[in-house]
Amino acid sequence: MKASVIVFPGSNCDRDAAVALHTAMGRAPAMVWHGDSELPKSDLIVLPGGFSYGDYLRSGAMAAHSPVMREVIKRAKAGTPVLGICNGFQVLTESGLLPGVLMRNATLRFICKDVLLKVERNDTAYARQYEVGEVVRFPIAHKDGSYFADEATLDRLEGENRVAFRYCDASGTVTPDANPNGSRRNIAGIYNETGTVLGLMPHPERLADAALCGTDGAKMFASLVETLH
Amino acid sequence: MKARITITLKPGVLDPQGKAIQGALHALGFGSVGGVRQGKYIEVEVDESDPEKARAEIERMCEQLLANTIIENYAYELEAA
Repeated sequence: MKASVIVFPGSNCDRDAAVALHTAMGRAPAMVWHGDSELPKSDLIVLPGGFSYGDYLRSGAMAAHSPVMREVIKRAKAGTPVLGICNGFQVLTESGLLPGVLMRNATLRFICKDVLLKVERNDTAYARQYEVGEVVRFPIAHKDGSYFADEATLDRLEGENRVAFRYCDASGTVTPDANPNGSRRNIAGIYNETGTVLGLMPHPERLADAALCGTDGAKMFASLVETLH
Repeated sequence: MKARITITLKPGVLDPQGKAIQGALHALGFGSVGGVRQGKYIEVEVDESDPEKARAEIERMCEQLLANTIIENYAYELEAA
């Protein structure tokens, strides 16, 4: 399996993503600068967390129009798995690869803490090592993470089983109290129509090593390696 | 020409920043404040003298980058630079 991590000016989780991928794949991913229009052949493309372009205009808005994104969008539409984490999720919505938008947290605060997530489906390359309904712990670190889409879009996402993860309590119950940022319907991550593009605000790569006191995120990268070889 | 572009949140989209400003205005004694919505103001100069062409350019800029039309509306005024 070959993976590429796209590096934007202001990305700050690109190395964490690279370490998690390296551990899972046994080889280093390619680090691709945003200004490059050439992207190596990749079985997986990762858009990492951070503050691309200083979050100017809207989080992810400028990065979505980076030269390399034209190629990323083309590959995503042709079926290449694309994983957007945190700022990467914002880039995916701004580029139109995923519906909706990530808005300012309802509390107006930057939130940096571990949250619990309910796994909504496991029939994708990202989630086959999770159980449906399993509760996992991933960290969040964002100020613009409140998922918003109109009611018709939310109904369509749920009808097509495209919600990947929801904020939940320790029992796996999806409650308003477990929602850290005001996201509609507690949505923490969503898939595209084919389940090949995943965007999520929580950071699986930040709890992917026992030395970091948690390995729930490692299963996402292990799932990808198991699926994509 | 110069475009003065105003970007506002669509009605119904929650605006926590506007709510916080409203709370602060109330705290300052402005009890008459019934609602606050925060938006963005952007000035763009375009090297184009034909107003129709300038309008078309500005609208494409708003649609493609300056506004996220899922949650935002935009309006603009055009003037000779």
